[in-house]
Amino acid sequence: MNSISRSENQALARTVLELDVNNHPGVMSHVVGLFSRRSYNVEGILVMPVGNGDTSRIWLLVNEDERLDQMVKQIEKLEDVLAVHRHGAEHEVFVRLEEFFR
Amino acid sequence: MSQPTPETLTGAQIVVRLLERQGVRTLAGIPGGAILPIYDALSKSVLIHHVLARHEQGGGFLAQGMARATGMPAVCMASSGPGATNLLTAIADAKLDSIPLVAITGQVPRAMIGTDAFQEVDTYGLSIPITKHNFLVSSADDLLSVIPQAFRIAASGRPGPVLVDIPKDVQNQLVEVSNWPDPGCADPVPAPAAELIDRAAAMINAATRPILYLGGGVVHSGASGTAVSLAEKARLPTVMTLMALGAMPVDHPLSLGMLGMHGARCTNLALDECDLLIAVGARFDDRATGKVAGFCPQAKIIHIDIDPSELDKIKTAHIGIAGDVGTVLQSLLPAIAAPVHDDWLARVASLKAEHPLRMPGIDDPRTPYGLIRAVANCLDDAATITTDVGQHQMWVAQAYPLRRPRQWLTSGGLGTMGFGMPAAIGAALAEPERTVVCFTGDGSILMNVQELVTAAEENVNVKIVLMNNSSLGLVFQQQTLFYGERIYASKFKGMPDFIRVAEGFGVPAIDLDQESDPLAALARALSTSGPMLIHASIAMHEQVLPMVPPGAANKEMIGG
Repeated sequence: MNSISRSENQALARTVLELDVNNHPGVMSHVVGLFSRRSYNVEGILVMPVGNGDTSRIWLLVNEDERLDQMVKQIEKLEDVLAVHRHGAEHEVFVRLEEFFR
Repeated sequence: MSQPTPETLTGAQIVVRLLERQGVRTLAGIPGGAILPIYDALSKSVLIHHVLARHEQGGGFLAQGMARATGMPAVCMASSGPGATNLLTAIADAKLDSIPLVAITGQVPRAMIGTDAFQEVDTYGLSIPITKHNFLVSSADDLLSVIPQAFRIAASGRPGPVLVDIPKDVQNQLVEVSNWPDPGCADPVPAPAAELIDRAAAMINAATRPILYLGGGVVHSGASGTAVSLAEKARLPTVMTLMALGAMPVDHPLSLGMLGMHGARCTNLALDECDLLIAVGARFDDRATGKVAGFCPQAKIIHIDIDPSELDKIKTAHIGIAGDVGTVLQSLLPAIAAPVHDDWLARVASLKAEHPLRMPGIDDPRTPYGLIRAVANCLDDAATITTDVGQHQMWVAQAYPLRRPRQWLTSGGLGTMGFGMPAAIGAALAEPERTVVCFTGDGSILMNVQELVTAAEENVNVKIVLMNNSSLGLVFQQQTLFYGERIYASKFKGMPDFIRVAEGFGVPAIDLDQESDPLAALARALSTSGPMLIHASIAMHEQVLPMVPPGAANKEMIGG
């Protein structure tokens, strides 16, 4: 996937991943490291604490390529990841955020 | 588990107490400024024997040797900065071979983190991609949960390394401890789905040309005996990965030995013809499969692994079963019917007869195969064999009669030169009643040669068989075969006098080249106690064959 052009990249279907994680300083690094080592770009990222702040929710917007199933399994293996849910690109979390990027 | 009266202890004392409670009796490491509080506490421990390595990587491999020999998590320690970075290779090696390791590193005090303090490095960040999990401990109180967790994570499911980075001020922080946590131990693994077991059994019963493919997970799970029972009941020709050698005795009638890049022709050819591949605790590594599209092209696949992310990673399985491989094999056994595939067994027998592993010089101790066989003839199955990485490793994998799980300790996934000797020291410390033989090469041994003095100091029963071909043999071989014989940077011009090197480090040595009766000299050396280096020259042109060219399908073997 490294060689695909920017326009091809934008034409790919998107997936939104929702991760429930323990909230501590290293957890983001654990998650995004799985993507960066595979040269798999994370197109969008959003994280906020949930409830009393013991856990956070991470939203990731990624391209849907053939490695996505493996990515989800790798994320599920992380000790600090409590749950992973997959959503379609139509999920509104990033749609509503887009107005901040105009 | 509760203490009657609260104790006030430092973080360092808590670490040591938790290691003792965990059952750790030997650990390896090197002290330095940022881990001195822990070493001070360790000095008071009457239970723990600290082995002073001479390079942190050596300490890491020493711990790996203990973990690989016993299956239990082992501990290594290092200080901050270079101490931690020196450990990284041994940690990455443990990750790729799924070895339970707990690495404890000192870190600069919390207030100095991020200031580029002396010997500060981002150990946490550096170790993320090469550990199963890691911790940067922010208070002494947290150690009470972090240390048991580290052992639990290292041992649970698919084992692996865990790093605990502890700032110096946390080591010095005083905490009142009234209750001690239970030692961390492996989480139970969920039972496999019964429906999948039934379908897998039906597929095995219906197969006409099945092959059982065992990986390192069989050894980790303690499932070798069960795997052999399955093979016998279902009459399955069986191949093993480099990591699984010893899971089935290599001279078992159903054994086809090691598959892949340096497997026997008959082994790779049988795989090419099979109609069912039963992969157990194996991860379809590229050195085992060759070009994946050409690997078992006609076969349906049953894949059993404790790590769900291994299923469908390289090859899509027709039936993927996530679970402890020992448990899965146990539940499969009763559902296996008496199979009828005599034609297939006859075909495999004829492949073995026509295309066996050829081991030229097996009777001559001055050749690679002959030397390995001569060593084996002096020992029984109680001996533990470690290797470094390169030609000698592949020759030993091919020729040594491995018959026992955990008899064989080798760096498979990362392929780390320098692994063998410190791992042998660790194995000998963990199981002092065994003779441990480390096969190494003149390239590999120099990568952790400093641990010779550790071997002398600990007086471990380690015999280092140094196969000296004055070159980086596997590089030399690849340049010969695939780079138009343009030999570059693989022939050593300067050669140390390894006898004097060993003796200088306090390890007795013999040179088989100088012995008129090398077999007798070898037998004498292997029967003495304590460390010994056994030097033997071999010819530079000797190759590991057969060989699948990198990127080719396994049936496209050169030589052999």
